[in-house]
Amino acid sequence: MKKDIILAGVGGQGILSIAACIGMAALDEGLHLKQAEVHGMSQRGGAVQSHLRLSSDPIASDLIPEGSADLIISVEPMESLRYLPMLSRSGWIITSINPFINIPSYPVIELVLKEIWNQPHYITIDADAIAKESGSVKAANMVILGAAAPLLGLKPSSVEKAVENLFASKGKDVVSLNIKALNEGRSYALKHL
Amino acid sequence: MEKLLLLGDEAIAQAAIDAGLSGIYAYPGTPSTEIMEYIQASPEAKELNIRSLWSANEKTAMEAALGMSYAGKRAMVCMKHVGLNVAADAFINSAITGANGGLIVVSADDPSMHSSQNEQDSRFYGKFALIPVLEPSNQQEAYDMVHYGFQISEQMRVPVMLRITTRLAHSRTGIARRPVRTQNKMSLPSNLKQFILLPAIARKQYRELLGKQEHLEMLSADSGFNQFFDYPENRKLGIIACGLAYNYLIENFEGHKVTHPVLKVGQYPVMPAMVNELYEKCDEILVLEDGYPIIEELIRGMLNKGKKVMGRLDGTLPRDGELNPVIVAKALGIEVTPGNSVPAIVKNRPPRLCDGCGHNDAFLALNEALHDYSRGRVFSDIGCYTLSALEPLEAINSCVDMGASITMAMGAADAGLVPAVAAIGDSTFTHSGMTSLLDAINNNAPITVLILDNSTTGMTGGQTSSAYGKIEAICKGLGVSEEHIHVIKPMPKYHDENVDILRKELAYQGVSVIIPRRECIQTLGRKLRQKAKAKEMEVQN
Repeated sequence: MKKDIILAGVGGQGILSIAACIGMAALDEGLHLKQAEVHGMSQRGGAVQSHLRLSSDPIASDLIPEGSADLIISVEPMESLRYLPMLSRSGWIITSINPFINIPSYPVIELVLKEIWNQPHYITIDADAIAKESGSVKAANMVILGAAAPLLGLKPSSVEKAVENLFASKGKDVVSLNIKALNEGRSYALKHL
Repeated sequence: MEKLLLLGDEAIAQAAIDAGLSGIYAYPGTPSTEIMEYIQASPEAKELNIRSLWSANEKTAMEAALGMSYAGKRAMVCMKHVGLNVAADAFINSAITGANGGLIVVSADDPSMHSSQNEQDSRFYGKFALIPVLEPSNQQEAYDMVHYGFQISEQMRVPVMLRITTRLAHSRTGIARRPVRTQNKMSLPSNLKQFILLPAIARKQYRELLGKQEHLEMLSADSGFNQFFDYPENRKLGIIACGLAYNYLIENFEGHKVTHPVLKVGQYPVMPAMVNELYEKCDEILVLEDGYPIIEELIRGMLNKGKKVMGRLDGTLPRDGELNPVIVAKALGIEVTPGNSVPAIVKNRPPRLCDGCGHNDAFLALNEALHDYSRGRVFSDIGCYTLSALEPLEAINSCVDMGASITMAMGAADAGLVPAVAAIGDSTFTHSGMTSLLDAINNNAPITVLILDNSTTGMTGGQTSSAYGKIEAICKGLGVSEEHIHVIKPMPKYHDENVDILRKELAYQGVSVIIPRRECIQTLGRKLRQKAKAKEMEVQN
């Protein structure tokens, strides 16, 4: 088993929570793991990415080789396109369709989506709306995680357990809200794969 | 033993705790910050009473760590690569005094300048100081090297450098711990003159350091961090891979089994015999270094008359920037299937000041106050506020090194650029701005200094600022006259008032200090969240 994942978003959008959940689930299944994060200057509202590598064999490089990622998981549509050179020709894009506009030159969202829909394999999801229905728009990243879940090669139970652990300190309500968001994301993806 | 999931920085911190550390000293700097932060947050470290407070700058940190080593205890000092420039005086001389308790200097390099103003390679400093340098290829090795580093520091009585780079520092993986060592008891050096670098003693100490070099090479041949893996079936190309570059190399081979002879380097000084073994066996040599071409240049020599040596100097690898698996693959002639290119529709999204950041309002006021002057007179410094260089503010004209804003403004004013403005953060001011301000005062320089006070070290994630609550007193103490020190509130509703104050002080022919003070929106948010959580807990109880 080997999965190379690029996580993408804008500084402050919480891609590291997605990474943490996948990481915990992978460890739970006894896999090797490497996760390169971006700290420092770019975290201030700039484009951020994380390289997450899971494998049943030891992993060498902290960085995923260009053109070989299995998945781009993005919490922002334009950011999902920024890392296309990293994605393998058979790889998938899983992204939110909700733009995060903090630059004046942000393109028309319809054109961004069209560009994503031109790619061979993608799941685009209205994460904000689904998160809101699940109880809080803050859970949008868990919707995205859910949408990516069927492609992670991990057991649904270990991903769910990781989400529970991540939010355990915030109380039962927060946990169940995020689990709901995760499951809604997953069922959406299963319908659109 | 169960593995811990740790960043490279955190692995170093955990290793230091496990290796009997008594104190850590540091100034925050990407990518080194998380080492200190991990120890500050560690219950174990607290129980062991490990000293762990931020220092005013890297030099004071280095000196304090050397003092702890003098007193016989194990000390670690951490900084980003450019921080080592600040600490260089103490660092180089610590090699001459030598260590007593184990002393490790962690220098975190940033090739590709993800969060830095240059990509200098700290291994040069290690060579310059004539001390051992350890360069891990992965996070587990970083953990192990801290244990080993303290051991050889005490055995050889020298400080040891641990050189890491951004990718290693900020990548997370499983780490296996080693048995915990107890801390040293206090014990002063047997020779109480060892640390007195008067010329007569320094000459003796320096010769002693030179005399250790051969032994240090032997250590690097025996430690296991430098290893030669032969591959007799294919000796056309031999590869030297230093530190993290080794991982990028093996990534390109099935089962990580390289089909070339390889010398893996993780410890310096490297024993020449080890390099020679590879050199003699192979027709051509490729050197992979995530940083400057140090080993490559040594082997190649100025005249380059020997075997073909490839790397950054002959264009086989890019001359600058960090390596990655694909760059290494291309150097080896391995075919790479590229992904699709980035669609033209994707726009750059550079970092920016946060919404609600006080720096934004401070620079809006400054821009307006300077409107009637010609452009190009704002010298800035290193911190979040450096982002005011970008659109839409485009408010500053320099960013060089910590504290440079004030002295550069003075020099420019000396040249006739009046008024000149300096913009410096609170933490940067106490790091290296105070002596600059003293120069400006003693010169009665016609400059206006903005000390942008967000009450934290913002860019690195909100660490305690040494300047907290002290700025006005420092400025007064240094000699800024009281009527030219103003604390202003950088908020939209005070904009006009702030512009007036700035205009008045820009016209003043001496040093004035304006302190726009508003707490960092990030640390404020964190505090409010913690407060809300505490309240919630109270209600539950």
